[in-house]
Amino acid sequence: MSAFAHGVTYAGVDVGDSLPAVTSKPISRTTLALFAGASGDHNPIHIDIDFAKAAGVPDVFAHGMLGMAYLGHLLTAWVPQRAVREFSTRFVSITQVHAVVTCTGRVVEKREGNLVALEIQAADQHGDVKLAGKAVVELP
Amino acid sequence: MIDRSFIGRSFPPLHVDVEPFQLRAFARATGQRDPIYWDEEAARAAGYRALPAPLTFLFTLDQDREDRFYFINAMGIELGHVLHGEQAFTYGAPICAGDRVTLTCTCMDIYDKKGGAMEFVILKTQATNQLGEDLGGMTGTIVVRDPK
Repeated sequence: MSAFAHGVTYAGVDVGDSLPAVTSKPISRTTLALFAGASGDHNPIHIDIDFAKAAGVPDVFAHGMLGMAYLGHLLTAWVPQRAVREFSTRFVSITQVHAVVTCTGRVVEKREGNLVALEIQAADQHGDVKLAGKAVVELP
Repeated sequence: MIDRSFIGRSFPPLHVDVEPFQLRAFARATGQRDPIYWDEEAARAAGYRALPAPLTFLFTLDQDREDRFYFINAMGIELGHVLHGEQAFTYGAPICAGDRVTLTCTCMDIYDKKGGAMEFVILKTQATNQLGEDLGGMTGTIVVRDPK
């Protein structure tokens, strides 16, 4: 069994409801190296400080898709993955090494066809927004 | 300036196998806490035929290429000047370990802002599996900054 109690229903949610927040562990350089390997995103700007400096940035920084994976955890901790119909984000600002990312979301609209629209975001420990996204889930 | 003749052009389709090892590595690297993403039994108990690929995994499948920076190189973009602007997914049938996925990527648009100081490349990828089922797709916006 999944350790996650879902059971969220269309009738049971209201506009303005919050999703339970999900917080990452601090993003270390090891996190970025492992994510580069596991995600296949080998852009050296995320793992090689020499490359980053040569490209004009002071340090490596997190892959945008790492933050998006964390936003995905927010969604699938709330509803089963197969409920998710659409999921998108803007990468608002760079996520620095050592950031602790907290993902939050709320219901913004209930639509025909048991669809529920969400606004979601990922922010660091200073409250700076890193990703600002949307999702649509189809609930029973 | 990126050659605007890339707009509307598709890259050759990519066929990629969804491997459980890669799914488990992804779960570990992202601090995944739900066992359906790494434990075969938990996945089956949750109704999946095998380990499911997480919501953003199509992006990873698209990296299984000889040249991971294929469109960046084809378009003559400097890799160090690339930022990820936006990413969007739509979902069809689930993607699971053991599937063979075909991805087709098309350049939808290229435009610039701030007098050419920033260029934007929009890439749309559609995915199907070995049964011909629609897996949905993804649209990415790549931002290329002019360091000057």
